[in-house]
Amino acid sequence: MMPEISLNVLDVAQNCVRAGATKVRIDVDINRAQNTLTISIADNGCGMDEDTLAKVTDPFYTTRTTRKVGLGVSFFKQAAELTGGSFAIDSKTGEGSGTTVTARFLLDSIDRMPLGDMPGTMHTLITMHERIRWQYHFSAYAEDKPKDDSSFLLDTKELKDVLGDVPFTEPEVSAYIMDSLKENSAEVLRNAGIESI
Amino acid sequence: MKSLEELKAIREKVQSQMNLRDESGTDTRVVVGMATCGIAAGARPVLNKFVELVQGRNLTEIQVTQTGCIGMCRYEPIVEIHEPGKPSVTYIHMDAEKAEKVFNDHLLHGNVVTEYLIPAKMQA
Repeated sequence: MMPEISLNVLDVAQNCVRAGATKVRIDVDINRAQNTLTISIADNGCGMDEDTLAKVTDPFYTTRTTRKVGLGVSFFKQAAELTGGSFAIDSKTGEGSGTTVTARFLLDSIDRMPLGDMPGTMHTLITMHERIRWQYHFSAYAEDKPKDDSSFLLDTKELKDVLGDVPFTEPEVSAYIMDSLKENSAEVLRNAGIESI
Repeated sequence: MKSLEELKAIREKVQSQMNLRDESGTDTRVVVGMATCGIAAGARPVLNKFVELVQGRNLTEIQVTQTGCIGMCRYEPIVEIHEPGKPSVTYIHMDAEKAEKVFNDHLLHGNVVTEYLIPAKMQA
């Protein structure tokens, strides 16, 4: 098991990279009214056929040749289901058809691990895989009415448009990406009246 | 919320510096294993430490990258260092503190940190 949910996201999103995705969207949605924390990871990679899809949550199945177990997706599924939540994967083969993984955690379950450092996960994915267009949407809703500012979207295409040929790995750019992920996430949580998640 | 205006200012500053850089003779690669095994064993703080140190000193000739599982999960977090013209070096059971020592001793001063090396007979 991973110690925090954000590490599962980091791990499972590597599968999008390996699937040759050019665009990956990650949504993290906290809904206190419904008592859910929902994470979805959607890519436009090569996808999986029905056979593979049926076996992908089996920890003793992998397409890798370096080892005989494939724990990433299984860990993510287990982490969600342990809380009384749910897990789903939808995928089709063919170029650009993609895969979507959705994990729903019950917020107040004692078995829910902390969300952890999502800004750190996104920063690693974005700076290590610059050729992929990453979209990260983070939203949090309070128990009463959701306020206007309770979500943000970071789209690396917008950053690229501004940066031109300056890479994300430039120290100041990299720091900007980290700071905006951190600050914007903190603001969303504040607006929704959530102290820690 | 942070604005894209800030990023524009950064681009202008960085672009002028980039033009002055000498791109020849590059590329020592620091490769951190970031598959399930690596991440679960604590590869993220190791990767972050290398990135922080390399970027902090603006060492454009060192690339920090990640890789998947190389089949030695019990030794994770694993870090490989590839330097042009030298045999590659594999460090095992790394953490952020060890990463800092490898950065200082190996990457900056060329001294391999032998106590963190994978035992020779275990090499894949």
